Amino acid sequence: MSQSNESVIQGAQVPVGVVADPQGSALRQRYGVLLIAAVILIVAPYVAPVVGAGPDLLSRVLIWGLFGLGFDLLFGYTGLLSFGQAAFYGTGSFITAYLLTTGIVDNMLIALVFSIIGASILGLIIGYLTLRRSGIYFAMSTLAFAEMIYFLEFGPLRDWTGGENGIPGIPEAVVDLGFFSVNVGFGWPMYTFLAVLFFLGFVVARRISLSPFGVILTAIRENPERAMAVGHTIQRYKLAVFVIAAAYGGLAGGLLGMFQGYMPPDAFNLHTSAELVIQTVMGGAGTLFGPLVGALIWLYLYEVLQFVDAVGPYWRLILGIVFVVLVTVFRRGIVGEGIAWAKRRRARRVAVAVGEPQANTHVRSGVSASALVMREAPPLAEGQPILRADNIAKHYGGLKAVKGVSISIQEGELRGLIGPNGAGKSTFFRMLAGEIQPTHGRVYLRGQDITGLGVTKVCQMGMSKSYQVNTLFDQLTVYQNILMSVLGHKRGPFKLDALKSVDSVKGAHNQVLAVLDLVELTHRIHTPIHELSYGEKRRVEIGLALATGANVLLLDEPLAGMSPEERVQTVALLKNIRKGRTVLIVEHDVDAMFELADRMTVLYDGNFLAEGTPDEIRNSKAVQDAYLGGTEDNE
Amino acid sequence: MPSMSLFMSQVFNGLALGVLLALIATGLTIIYGTLGVINFAHGALFVVGAYAGFSLFMATESFVLSLIGAAVVSLIVGLVMERGLIQRFYNRPHEDQILVTFGISIVLVEIVRGIYGGVGQRVPLPSWGEGVVNMGFMTYPTYRLEIMAIAASVLFACWYVLYRTRLGLIIRSGIEDALMVRMLGINVQRYFMLVFGIGAAAAGFAGMIYGPMVSIVPDMGFRVLIQSFVVVVLGGVGSFPGAILGGLIAGQILSLTSLFNPVYSDVMLFAAMALILIFRPQGLMGVEGRA
Repeated sequence: MSQSNESVIQGAQVPVGVVADPQGSALRQRYGVLLIAAVILIVAPYVAPVVGAGPDLLSRVLIWGLFGLGFDLLFGYTGLLSFGQAAFYGTGSFITAYLLTTGIVDNMLIALVFSIIGASILGLIIGYLTLRRSGIYFAMSTLAFAEMIYFLEFGPLRDWTGGENGIPGIPEAVVDLGFFSVNVGFGWPMYTFLAVLFFLGFVVARRISLSPFGVILTAIRENPERAMAVGHTIQRYKLAVFVIAAAYGGLAGGLLGMFQGYMPPDAFNLHTSAELVIQTVMGGAGTLFGPLVGALIWLYLYEVLQFVDAVGPYWRLILGIVFVVLVTVFRRGIVGEGIAWAKRRRARRVAVAVGEPQANTHVRSGVSASALVMREAPPLAEGQPILRADNIAKHYGGLKAVKGVSISIQEGELRGLIGPNGAGKSTFFRMLAGEIQPTHGRVYLRGQDITGLGVTKVCQMGMSKSYQVNTLFDQLTVYQNILMSVLGHKRGPFKLDALKSVDSVKGAHNQVLAVLDLVELTHRIHTPIHELSYGEKRRVEIGLALATGANVLLLDEPLAGMSPEERVQTVALLKNIRKGRTVLIVEHDVDAMFELADRMTVLYDGNFLAEGTPDEIRNSKAVQDAYLGGTEDNE
Repeated sequence: MPSMSLFMSQVFNGLALGVLLALIATGLTIIYGTLGVINFAHGALFVVGAYAGFSLFMATESFVLSLIGAAVVSLIVGLVMERGLIQRFYNRPHEDQILVTFGISIVLVEIVRGIYGGVGQRVPLPSWGEGVVNMGFMTYPTYRLEIMAIAASVLFACWYVLYRTRLGLIIRSGIEDALMVRMLGINVQRYFMLVFGIGAAAAGFAGMIYGPMVSIVPDMGFRVLIQSFVVVVLGGVGSFPGAILGGLIAGQILSLTSLFNPVYSDVMLFAAMALILIFRPQGLMGVEGRA
């Protein structure tokens, strides 16, 4: 399968109704891209001089392209916009220059390895600090830390770094593998050397992007909250990709010093970070080719425009305007828009060839729903509840949303949780799921204390929640959505399998198909979420919770907003998924709960009101009063 | 240990720098707090204000007029930015907002460079700002005392508008829940435009009063931008009191460190930010859960 290929571009159109890609086309796509990269690198020296670009320009483009590969994984794939990559570029550049000029290391390749290691360690430190906050905080603090490194380099560390003079006198590049040694001369030999390194870097980056690790990075970009909720420790993924980006920066920086023969101090400069961002966005973030294309445009225009009298002084202004236009109108960048266009064309062609798919035909995947694997759970002692909350409460300042409620649920039970608006059902639910810390009281899952443990750990322990408001990976397909949950189950909270393929995760594909079969979405398998109907999205929402392998499910208003027809279908689905699972449902649709639930709990005004079988609840005076009285109170 | 008067004058320098940073950061933080956009062009607006003021001063020789002019020009630039581009980005991801404001900052700075060239310009001191004041324990440049007073009054005016007027009430409600305010029949969009303009004007105003203390160059905006980022991280993004507290702290860190070793002054500022990120990531006055 080639799910991750498709996730490369946000909102990419995917042929509708094609259940499984033929294996051949996926393979073609996987290696075809590498072939394209190789051809470009080989052909460039023959084409570029025609338009006035020499080996030096192309070498620079390759160094920036290599730098950008790491940044693209960080920004394009994971959505982390760092404005501080100069810190790693500069550090890599400094380490190689320092080691080679002082003679501490005389083998260039080993010096480059040290550059990578040094930049990675710095990446670990800066990443640890900056990733504590996301979004705008991250962009601001990466920028600030890079400035800090810049000031360190120019100030306290100037005895080592040479301050504004940099480090001159880096010896000519020699590739020495012990048994084989060759001098890399300037001009085309240098280009060849850099092209080989770029290609290796490209192969690695592409493998990372197609690995299960890379797929999760996309989940983090699309919807970090849900990525956490389906069992991924996203903080560690973010840190890992931050370090990978730093490593690429370190290598590119080292190569810069070697290529120029001296370490320029402005490698640390803010402009380096800014230009990297601009080049990547212009070329197309999330494509791996983007930074290379962006660097080519940036450096080529710089060389050309500089010598045109009328526009020479304004080249940055022109590029700035182009950048603003691209961000506003063509956010996917040059390569990204190109890929999107090609995909649309292909989709049209497929549609013409096979005809429009029938939207509502029920397609079976051939994998039965019973094949859905649940997490192994230790057996419970006789009579021990599977989920128990002990007098939990949540206060928001003076507002007491939940005032101390206990609940005890037996394995295999389907419990309905009802109550009028404002009864505290959703808050109660969020405390059970580990989303929020109760003000007091404890929650136990299979006898283990899980109070405020966080959604990720709770999910890994076999309990998952579906949300009242759809919380999906909107730009991804149905298959890719479910896969995110399945990977959390099969791989655990974090795994650095960055160089493996998704196929290496055993049983993941069948698990996704089994979930799709259960929620009856097999016919929509490759449809992006944003094209689904509301009812279908609700089923994906439940599917995401199911696919975590959970044996305890918390469903927050699974029937909310459904048409009568969709409601009937979903009630049948709920009957189906309760087999072998413990299910707790918050619902306003009391009739559905009377039909489904073994027992029901009623909350009213943040308090426990009643508990019993549907019949007992139906006839309870207190419940009737609460619903009627509650309505009067509230309106 | 440095002498007492040197120490005190550094404290005052820190205070002057602090209120200036607070003023710039206030613009940044109210735009973020209200519109949810972090304006990477804020430093560029500072530059626009400084140069607009410089030109006006050259033409009119009136410092007060050019101070007002600087604020008005950056207000207009801010309004045009908001109407022309930023408003299309309110529903797009934060990353896109950062990218577009960053792009705008390049365009603005390059326009300034195109008009004035890249060399430094000097805004002369106003006649009422010349000389020094003898404060008993030390003498201190008059202009710096005056800008403390000016910046503090502008900050007070901002506070008054935000917390004591109907306009401020609407803006603060817009921060809490823009949809609800809209449903009450108030055109939030217009207020948002106004907020962006006010934030931009604060940056431009600060640019002009900063002018006579240093020579102005088109590239100075980035440093100011980064320092005001540190200020809002220290104080808490979106918090008005946080911006003031953060600004004052940052000013003292910068000037007191340079008393011992100027080389470390910026490094110490970032070190303080690192500490905040570790121990209180929401900032000193920030609220958990925002941003």
